[in-house]
Amino acid sequence: MRDDALVNVENLVMYFPVTAGLMRRRVADVKAVDGVSFYVRKGETLGLVGESGCGKTTTGRCILRLYKITAGNVYFKGKNLAEMGGKELRSMRRHMQLIFQDPYASLDPRMTAGDIIGEPLQVHNLVQGREYQEQIDELLRLVELEPRMAVRYPHEFSGGQRQRIGIARALAVRPDFIVCDEPVSALDVSIQTQVITLLMRLREELKLTYLFIAHDLSVVRHISDRVAVMYLGKIMEITDSDELYDNPLNPYTQALLSAVPIPDPVVDRQRKRILLTGDVPSPINPPSGCHFNPRCHMVIDICKEEEPELRNIGGEHWVACHRA
Amino acid sequence: MSIMRLIPYPPGIIVGGEIIFKGRDLLKVTEEEIRHVRGSQIAMIFQEPTTSLNPVLTVKLQLAESLMLHRGLDKQAAGEEAVKLLEIVGIPDAARKAEGYPHQFSGGMQQRVMMAMALSCNPELLIADEPTTSVDVTVQAQLLELIDNLRSQFGTAVILITHNLGMVARYVDRVNVMYAGRLMETGPTDAIFAEPRHPYTIGLIASVPRLDLPRKRKLFVIEGLPPNLARLPQGCPFHPRCVYALDRCRQEKPELLEVGKNHYSACFRSGELGDKRGLMDER
Ligand SMILES: Nc1ncnc2c1ncn2[C@@H]1O[C@H](COP(=O)(O)OP(=O)(O)OP(=O)(O)O)[C@@H](O)[C@H]1O
Ligand code: SF4
Ligand SMILES: [Mg+2]
Repeated sequence: MRDDALVNVENLVMYFPVTAGLMRRRVADVKAVDGVSFYVRKGETLGLVGESGCGKTTTGRCILRLYKITAGNVYFKGKNLAEMGGKELRSMRRHMQLIFQDPYASLDPRMTAGDIIGEPLQVHNLVQGREYQEQIDELLRLVELEPRMAVRYPHEFSGGQRQRIGIARALAVRPDFIVCDEPVSALDVSIQTQVITLLMRLREELKLTYLFIAHDLSVVRHISDRVAVMYLGKIMEITDSDELYDNPLNPYTQALLSAVPIPDPVVDRQRKRILLTGDVPSPINPPSGCHFNPRCHMVIDICKEEEPELRNIGGEHWVACHRA
Repeated sequence: MSIMRLIPYPPGIIVGGEIIFKGRDLLKVTEEEIRHVRGSQIAMIFQEPTTSLNPVLTVKLQLAESLMLHRGLDKQAAGEEAVKLLEIVGIPDAARKAEGYPHQFSGGMQQRVMMAMALSCNPELLIADEPTTSVDVTVQAQLLELIDNLRSQFGTAVILITHNLGMVARYVDRVNVMYAGRLMETGPTDAIFAEPRHPYTIGLIASVPRLDLPRKRKLFVIEGLPPNLARLPQGCPFHPRCVYALDRCRQEKPELLEVGKNHYSACFRSGELGDKRGLMDER
């Protein structure tokens, strides 16, 4: 384990049971996260990308211990959350927060913005009396909203403003670590940039550490120091954000990159294209060997039998592929 | 939706203008004629495949029905053609899959069924409305390649409606940039990206992160909120968010002006806004 890691995930496994019949007999498992390891250094942003259903959200929620994890360890500030429960876990959780994709669904429509933001302060008993209102004003200003907006309800805000309220609520308890789960995916393009810029400013000012989940590779790379690429519950590659574009080594990473057009026709025309065929297989029955092998353009015999390990190939570049 | 005359009335009405398709104004033809155009000449791929496929019919039957209606095939021929279409759109094991219901298809495969539905009438115009947001990046790329192939193979005209600038750069020949229901700028794709002349277009291009540029690059932020269509400001609809707005912009609506070959922009200052880099620094 690294000394400078704020979060350290070791062989994380999260299976969801698939049940059938009246007795809700367990007939199979959704292998949402299937042996994932990485670390996030203090002050760093690690991006997590991959296609729908590959296990990004589940990974984030496991770190926050919103699930009882199937196997593996999650260290936060050196303490293993996997073994924690009850009061101890609750007090650790205050230092870790979640920002959701859908600002609509995550805010209680019957509460005012002020109460939504202030609720965690009350739950954790962090302020008294006058201070409460001051803190809410302060938090609203922090996310570039006006204190007078505290009395309004969620439906009176635009999508971008609602996401700012979600961010303010996450910041209320002064966390060290925030899992941002697709925080801009549901927003207008121009508003996306506003929120990304805000998240980056807050990271500097409040010395935050992020796990930034999204499927938009350009957005993830922009905000992250390093990027981890997931496919069907596995990590395929982790590398420095600049290295990701300049030197992707896993074939899936290469395909994913090439599927993202660059908003400049002259540059985009010159790029190599790798077109994948087929769909992502079901995580109930992932392919044997390398999970990516049925769609891989580099596949060789061993890929179908043996699972490639995530190994360090120098610097901070990790890759899981028999051919890398 | 207006082109297809699919805007429900009430509440939506098309207030004015003309929609010319093959020389005829679609707003003036009868309901029966428009139905014919809709079915057999213009097809639309909607955002959500689940809402536009019939959940209780097998995929094959849905396709066959459309083929019988629009191409006048008999039941047998329509069934065979349906499977062929599913093959064209890249559904593996099409003959067997065709017997399934929409919910048995993954999101990406449903999109392809939608494509097959759209193709069942040999459309001359295909309107793809953000065909891809609910699908995966790599599946989305497959789909757009498919649309692109159809375009070059069968000469189908395509209108791609999207907010993804990368998609625009990769797949379209000409761009219309819309804001608050109005056309802000229109021109050949290369010109729009190399020399955008409208502050909204310029801002959009400068605001999106790019994989190929240094990661630490500062993104341009278009301040303010998206337009409220029920309460549009006087003058240029973009003026409240525009960094170049003058007094005139708050009073008068700018018309589209020619700024280059086949390139038009609706902004009083387009003439001055030649070099986008100079522009951004000016702030
Ligand atoms: N509570 C749950 N019970 C059962 N299965 C689940 C549960 N949560 C997630 N899954 C399944 O686990 C897999 C991973 O889901 P997850 O939400 O982590 O993916 P994701 O990468 O976040 O996808 P997206 O990009 O669509 O948000 C999926 O197959 C999903 O259906
Ligand atoms: S291990 Fe084999 S199948 Fe997997 S990504 Fe590498 S080459 Fe492709
Ligand atoms: Mg998710």
